[in-house]
Amino acid sequence: MHELAITQGIIAAAVPEAKRHGAKKILEIRLRIGEYSGVFPEYIQEYFNIASKGTLAEGAKLVIEKVPIVIRCNKCNFEGEIPRRKIQCPECGGLDIKLISGREYFVDSLEVE
Amino acid sequence: MEIKIVKQILEWNEDVSNEVKATLSENSICLINVMGSPGAGKTSLITDIINRLRKTYRIGVIEGDIAGAIDAEKIDKMGIPVVQLQTDGACHIEAMSIRHMLSFFNLDEIDVLIVENIGNLVCPAEFNIGEDFRVAILSIPEGDDKVEKYPLMFETSEALVMNKYDMLPYFEFDDGRVEKNVKDLNKDAKVFRVSTKTGEGAEDFVGWLSDKIAAKIKE
Ligand SMILES: Nc1nc2c(ncn2[C@@H]2O[C@H](COP(=O)(O)OP(=O)(O)OP(=O)(O)O)[C@@H](O)[C@H]2O)c(=O)[nH]1
Ligand SMILES: [Mg+2]
Ligand SMILES: [Zn+2]
Ligand SMILES: [Zn+2]
Repeated sequence: MHELAITQGIIAAAVPEAKRHGAKKILEIRLRIGEYSGVFPEYIQEYFNIASKGTLAEGAKLVIEKVPIVIRCNKCNFEGEIPRRKIQCPECGGLDIKLISGREYFVDSLEVE
Repeated sequence: MEIKIVKQILEWNEDVSNEVKATLSENSICLINVMGSPGAGKTSLITDIINRLRKTYRIGVIEGDIAGAIDAEKIDKMGIPVVQLQTDGACHIEAMSIRHMLSFFNLDEIDVLIVENIGNLVCPAEFNIGEDFRVAILSIPEGDDKVEKYPLMFETSEALVMNKYDMLPYFEFDDGRVEKNVKDLNKDAKVFRVSTKTGEGAEDFVGWLSDKIAAKIKE
């Protein structure tokens, strides 16, 4: 069910855009998914294959780019990757941090013909 | 040809969530999203909240069970307006369902709407439903590693209720570890140790909740 919500979201984002560009077929859909954003279903391609039947996106390949969590610390200026389970500065332990990447959950681009 | 689009996958859910938020704000209603595993004690906690706050606020409940209406019937027996979501096997509640459910309530006669989300630690957390805040429940028998394994729900909740605290002597459960892990994810999170069975800790939690509600509806 959850997979369905996500695949429908992908199709809703991709198909109108492809149509607007006069594409006949979507070959590839590139997604950017941040590590911070929660789980992304593993078998999404299979669900997508079913949900996209009869649309411009039928047969398209999903390419998922995982984006690591990168922060900047406002206290010691550390900038870099941190693990999911501890959202704090690994250098000074500070909690006053700015998330630079990791929250992505979007369709980035399409390859069409 | 490559087309750059950059569109949120769950954008429609965010849009509807904001719409629900606006409707509730217009009506001065506070929406609380209660999440946790199957059997963690969501219904028990909601019942407790109702008993303690029904004299102060007019409360309504949305029940999100996958099948059956057992929980909704329990709440209904208490004389509280309740609607049962028809989730049909879904693993989470979406904003769209809440928007639809609002039409079943007389919004003029409600101060607080409590949503019992589907019993699941994973995906309900990914869907905003127009809530003012979230309450996560973790019960002692589930184990003290759940915050590490399923961070999003705990991280996005303003309060964690460690429920079934009366069971602590019978389980290897380090409540300090849970509290620390939650604070690592969200430094502002409030942690409560509660037993809805004995009533321990419930007053503290409901006191905090009541202040949060008051702040919202008096806005
Ligand atoms: N010992 C003990 N049992 C509790 C406590 N809170 C709830 N329970 C029991 O745990 C069981 C599940 O409680 P519910 O409130 O139905 O849990 P729930 O999260 O609503 O469950 P679902 O809606 O089925 O996902 C019931 O048998 C409750 O009596 C508690 O604090 N201590
Ligand atoms: Mg229940
Ligand atoms: Zn889901
Ligand atoms: Zn630092």
